[in-house]
Amino acid sequence: MQDYSVIGKRLPRLDGMEIVTGKAKYTDDIVLPGTLAGKILTSEYPHARILHIDTSKAEKLSGVRGIITGKNVPMVQYGFANFVRDEYPLAFDKVRYIGDEIAAVAAIDEDIAEEALDLIEVEYEELPSVFDPEEAMKPGAPRIHEHAERNICSNHVSHVIGDVDKGFRESDYVREDRFVTQNVSHCFLETRNCLADFNANGELTFWTSTSSIYLDRFVLSHLLKIPVSKIKGNRPFVGGGFGGKGETVSCQICAALLSMKTGKPVKITLSREEQFIADRGRHRWIFELRTGAKKDGTIIAKQCRAIADAGAYNSLSFLILMHSVGYFDIVYRVPNVRYDGDMVYTNNPPCGAMRSFDCVQLRLADDSHMDMLARDLGIDTIDLYLKNVSGPGDLTASRYKLDSNGLRECIERVRDDSGWRDKRGRLPVGRGIGFAVGASIAGAKSSNDDPDASSALVKINEDGSVNLLIAAHDAGQGSRTVFSQTVAEELGIAIDDVKVNFVIDTDIIPQDQGSYASRTTIGLGNAVLAACRDAKRQIFEVVADQLHASAEDLEAKDGVIYLKGSPDGRVSFKDEGGALSLCLTSKKVVFPIIGRGHFEPETEPFDWKTGEGNISIAYGFTAKVAEVEVDTETGRVKVLNVTSASDVGKALNPLFLEGQDEGAIAMGIGQALFEKLELDKGQILNPSFSEYKIPTALDMPRTIRSTWVETLDPHSPFGAKGIGEAVIVPMPAAIANAVYDAVGVRINEFPITPDKILEEVEKKGKLGE
Amino acid sequence: MKCLIRLKVNGETYEIAVEPRKTLLDVIRNEIGLTGTKKGCNMGECGACTVLLDGKAVCSCLVLGVEADRREVITIEGLGNGVHPDPLQEAFVKHGAIQCGFCTPGMIMTARKLLDENPSPSEEEVREAICGNLCRCTGYVKIVEAVLDVARSEKGGRDAGLLSHR
Ligand code: FES
Ligand code: FES
Repeated sequence: MQDYSVIGKRLPRLDGMEIVTGKAKYTDDIVLPGTLAGKILTSEYPHARILHIDTSKAEKLSGVRGIITGKNVPMVQYGFANFVRDEYPLAFDKVRYIGDEIAAVAAIDEDIAEEALDLIEVEYEELPSVFDPEEAMKPGAPRIHEHAERNICSNHVSHVIGDVDKGFRESDYVREDRFVTQNVSHCFLETRNCLADFNANGELTFWTSTSSIYLDRFVLSHLLKIPVSKIKGNRPFVGGGFGGKGETVSCQICAALLSMKTGKPVKITLSREEQFIADRGRHRWIFELRTGAKKDGTIIAKQCRAIADAGAYNSLSFLILMHSVGYFDIVYRVPNVRYDGDMVYTNNPPCGAMRSFDCVQLRLADDSHMDMLARDLGIDTIDLYLKNVSGPGDLTASRYKLDSNGLRECIERVRDDSGWRDKRGRLPVGRGIGFAVGASIAGAKSSNDDPDASSALVKINEDGSVNLLIAAHDAGQGSRTVFSQTVAEELGIAIDDVKVNFVIDTDIIPQDQGSYASRTTIGLGNAVLAACRDAKRQIFEVVADQLHASAEDLEAKDGVIYLKGSPDGRVSFKDEGGALSLCLTSKKVVFPIIGRGHFEPETEPFDWKTGEGNISIAYGFTAKVAEVEVDTETGRVKVLNVTSASDVGKALNPLFLEGQDEGAIAMGIGQALFEKLELDKGQILNPSFSEYKIPTALDMPRTIRSTWVETLDPHSPFGAKGIGEAVIVPMPAAIANAVYDAVGVRINEFPITPDKILEEVEKKGKLGE
Repeated sequence: MKCLIRLKVNGETYEIAVEPRKTLLDVIRNEIGLTGTKKGCNMGECGACTVLLDGKAVCSCLVLGVEADRREVITIEGLGNGVHPDPLQEAFVKHGAIQCGFCTPGMIMTARKLLDENPSPSEEEVREAICGNLCRCTGYVKIVEAVLDVARSEKGGRDAGLLSHR
């Protein structure tokens, strides 16, 4: 394996000191003189026609500076994907869920804005509503969107490979299961927000906590009819995202609209309760799974019927359904596959993208189902996976091209590292061990004609310092630091000489689409690499003259530029008389030396009716084993330890990889055992951290072992693949399977709470008698 | 009606007219302009707003500004001596105990309080101490490591100091 100087090292975050000293500025920390506070009025009804909105009383309240409603803002529809635009910035004819935005107020402070909301009178005509996706699909159910027959978002998806019915007939054993997952909220610590400042030149400047500042700029331009050249977006530090800040939402649009109306800067920061309601988290899925296998564990056919509750608007639901098709067969080699899926509108709050694009729910269901299948067949679960696992070079049933795939090695690694062979089936009652696998896209592929591009600039100054200018939408993953490592490695300089921007300013920083789809590592990584090479080429041409060599034969490493294979042909990069001195006197280059890099993945055809097509540049894989202890008196589950192995392509910075894995383990524990958005007729019953619990330091296992499998993906810088999403995928299923191993009960409706465990244990006890 | 309060923040005295219902968190952030202290919930449920009030770690969103009259507050900006950061701040960077960083200021204040009271906590004591500070990014593993590392080195330093006096 190649020997690197900076890549692969456990380097700390370059922006770390900013954060720990409290100097890092997040959107809500930014203050402009005279800023007004914005507040949004939302619907109290799950489904109603708006007959009349009277803002006159609110307008008279002293301190109120502006009010907008659906009637006096641009009536342009928007939505994440251009073929499913079903939302307006503010509802104007109908509200479709409790929380649908109706009006917004700007006032001199938040208290007055809040008071003004109470004074706005809305006359509704209540409409029949529906909250269950299976009900919503039935004929005669209330129609939520005019365009959506039977409340199906976009279209029914049906994907068939091989002859599934024949496959089941030829199987020795067929198992069927039904699982229902729950709604989960992102719970990033920084709620969504926006500070917008519209000026007399017709220019809009905004600051916002986002995973895609360029997308926000695009949506604002589309809605407000301001050209992008007159909109400047700023992305300061961001307090977490996990997929939940990739979509432009009402609070951003309303801040801009209110600033346009009042001519003053307007800031909207959602309260925690507002965030719970506006959050577009994980969908509630219903999975009906069927698998047929030979006695020896060879899988012959797999079938999935999936129905998910999209909530009141499409958001990213349809795209998520597309991924679900591929995630169903990505981990196996199986000749016959059928997937039928529907995303269904209901009057619940809309759901959207969250870490892994809902692969985690699918694998939770399927890995639970497969664990039971293995037990039925009398085969060790891990052996069952090893018999059917997908491999490098595979083209999956859904046409995913797995050019690199280290899943087999991940599985073997966790089996050996966890002591699986000694523990499975041999632990005392109340103790159990469980296994599951995961996968995720690692870099969005441009599908059809929708580009997914990244650009980067590398600026080399006279003194040898280097500025890296990139739109790394880093929310803690460490991408700014990793790309600085890339620059140091590629130019052969010290990382201390690289300075990277912490804020993304759309006027200055070259565009990148944002941090979603685990795309940054490969997408922006390739752009950074290209920018380095462009800068290096310019320097090499000067150095080549000096060394009487050709630029192609030069290499840069550890502060020296040298002629490959020749010990004498070398110059220092930045010392007196070195490469930079040569550049200063050369006519071939001018300072600063600018390297430009761009990357755009090849487009590939994608079929929206079947979900078939190679959706990503690369795919990340992971396997996890969890050991749990179940208290049979209280039903409480304690996760004792987790063993994890992930195919990351190449570990660029193990410190950050561990951080991603450990954070994902925490999130997976919450999802498996207690996190659930409680809904009653569309109303969220637990919109606070005291009622919606997320894991604390006490809920974590005391031992976590995270390791990496390096498969060196051919499409990516140094072979690395983004892994932030894949790592969460197996966690809930590993716990579910461990709980079964411990007490012999299977909970098919998640989360696995103590009361459900006790109930099942009791039922089982009765059966046993 | 605003009330005039006088409080010391990070060693500086401030006299401010505040509305009685404004929280200490809002006073620190909006009146004094120290934005290192974060607002994650404003309900006392996340710990992001933790500061030291007369040496006690409190959620500043649960304290009214007027209650801080004549009292002393230390925020994240008041740790270390301005030139050198606090060992906890350094350890959080070194151990990778920060991701998005939004929980970090509150987390460090809680950890500082713990180490001031209990210089050599066990892992369980660290976990107990920080269990009111929510972090959605890190899984707490590296946070616990960072705190334990500082405890070891601060205690080491202290013990070594004692020895040299003997
Ligand atoms: S902001 Fe004070 S505890 Fe959350
Ligand atoms: S680092 Fe993001 S919440 Fe803790």
